Amino acid sequence: MKAMVYRGPYKVRVEEKDIPPIEHPNDAIVRVSLAAICGSDLHLYHGMMPDTRVGMTFGHEFIGVVEDVGSSVQNLKRGDRVMVPFNVYCGSCWYCARGLYSNCHNVNPNATAVGGIYGYSHTCGGYDGGQAEYVRVPFADVGPALIPEWMDDEDAVLLTDALSTGYFGAQLGDIVEGDTVVVFGAGPVGLFAAKSSWLMGAGRVIVIDHLDYRLEKARTFASAETYNFSEYDDIVVHLKKITDYLGADVVIDAVGAEADGNFLQHVTAAKFKLQGGSPIALNWAIDSVRKGGTVSVMGAYGPMFSAVKFGDAMNKGLTLRMNQCPVKRQWPRLFEHIRNGYLKPSDIVTHRIPLEHIAEGYHMFSSKLDGCIKTLIVPGS
Amino acid sequence: MAYTAHTNKQAETSDELRARIPGWGADLDPKDRPSVPRLKFDPQASGAHWDFPERQKEKWPRERSIEHKFLTPVFGTSSPPKGLSGMLRKYAYARFSEGRAAHWLILLAADRVDAIESHLASFATGRPDNPITETGIRTEFRRSGFPTRFAPGRVDRAHTWIDPILVAGPWILAAGSTAAVARAVLRRSS
Ligand SMILES: NC(=O)c1ccc[n+]([C@@H]2O[C@H](COP(=O)([O-])OP(=O)(O)OC[C@H]3O[C@@H](n4cnc5c(N)ncnc54)[C@H](O)[C@@H]3O)[C@@H](O)[C@H]2O)c1
Ligand SMILES: [Zn+2]
Ligand SMILES: [Zn+2]
Repeated sequence: MKAMVYRGPYKVRVEEKDIPPIEHPNDAIVRVSLAAICGSDLHLYHGMMPDTRVGMTFGHEFIGVVEDVGSSVQNLKRGDRVMVPFNVYCGSCWYCARGLYSNCHNVNPNATAVGGIYGYSHTCGGYDGGQAEYVRVPFADVGPALIPEWMDDEDAVLLTDALSTGYFGAQLGDIVEGDTVVVFGAGPVGLFAAKSSWLMGAGRVIVIDHLDYRLEKARTFASAETYNFSEYDDIVVHLKKITDYLGADVVIDAVGAEADGNFLQHVTAAKFKLQGGSPIALNWAIDSVRKGGTVSVMGAYGPMFSAVKFGDAMNKGLTLRMNQCPVKRQWPRLFEHIRNGYLKPSDIVTHRIPLEHIAEGYHMFSSKLDGCIKTLIVPGS
Repeated sequence: MAYTAHTNKQAETSDELRARIPGWGADLDPKDRPSVPRLKFDPQASGAHWDFPERQKEKWPRERSIEHKFLTPVFGTSSPPKGLSGMLRKYAYARFSEGRAAHWLILLAADRVDAIESHLASFATGRPDNPITETGIRTEFRRSGFPTRFAPGRVDRAHTWIDPILVAGPWILAAGSTAAVARAVLRRSS
């Protein structure tokens, strides 16, 4: 089969690999029909995530058709069209029994601090991912779900990560009616978080980025008020001004480890890997939220230390909430919202490219070229 | 305003927002949201029909965090450790917990070693690494890539120049040192 393969920082290519075998009785092998590149993949691509091995296939956002199932699989059969949450999880450990699917303890030998994620380095379990023609899906009776007849494939693939994560991010903000919500980052996660904030009753939704084309999308897709931080000497002061010097009730970090806007922070983290991640957006979040407010962190950071302004968070009495998204927990409600027409996730897709061109897909998304917001990968096209 | 007890932070009323934004307030009740409460004990909900999963076969000694009691029953099987990078990785796992900076720094160093080992090894195969195709740089010219870098407001231009150095630097170093060694060998043999 053809699969995307990591060749070292900034380098990927398509290689011929064996179709993955069944390794466990509850495995399924899925033929991928549509995959996506996620902002999280960029942290791997740039070599920021420890134990990212040459030869690994990335990709944790994908849908496909069941090709084969292990002997204990009861809920799926060959030919089923399935959407697969980005989390690999067992469904039965202490965490899974309580709905913390992204924190499963039975699937990642390499680290206890993070659960299993498809195609996301050995630090997240060493699973090959879905930017390939076939992928191994462990715990087939737990993770995957049948794609409803009425759902578009492009909506389904975005439900496996970006949409569910944005929606989860808004939930962790504990938004109450009338709240002012600031979202840092107008990528897929930020756009969905902004849109979801309205569903939870926000009174005002503000999105911050430095890419005008993405802020334009935040206005049209997410009905948000937007500011380009590069136009302000100090975006935190600007946010204070426009919230009557109170600050926002809730701030969502949808940027993560490669945040820009401060040369030193960005370069030490993203280029030279001296920090787990560049905490620029996170520090702006801590500074621009009101005292007693909530910061919801969806942006991903590496396992090493980052220069976070913890003292301010403490003195301000903030609530900091964060996690990898337990994707499937969001689905029943999100299916309803899509069906009701409240959410149309595929509106943010800008590029659809064949697997063979994936190196260009990574370069374009990484450098934010050609108006790129979300790129889908179509194997076998 | 923050200096008095009340502040008027909302420009639009809830009714106006409901009329303007489809779905506004559909999840208004903070208690009725999918991830609330954070811990919701319901072992049946996941579809798992086991207490503890069957164990996947361990085909090679699988490195694991020493913060785990045992090898987890299921694990990924991509890219087994090999070469010098593999030795570094195994050492980082066997010796240091996730709480130790050394654990992560050794793993990061192993990643850099892995890239060099793999580039060198690729030259002994029918498919050597190709920095042009593998960096996807062609998209700068094929799509409207390059010009979009100059959109106003982009702050990443301040450090874009570092990328080619990070990518090409090791190649230039490798080429330079190979040339130096070759020259030394030639000089000695002449
Ligand atoms: N928690 C989870 O489960 C989960 C799931 C998916 C993605 N993520 C993480 O969410 C983050 C965003 O993902 P994405 O797919 O939207 O990525 P993306 O790269 O498309 O979006 C990031 C955006 O942030 C902007 N940005 C950079 N610095 C900024 C700053 N200081 N302030 C405001 N905006 C800034 C960038 O211009 C870009 O538009 C990533 O870190 C990703 O790893 C987390
Ligand atoms: Zn992701
Ligand atoms: Zn589990």
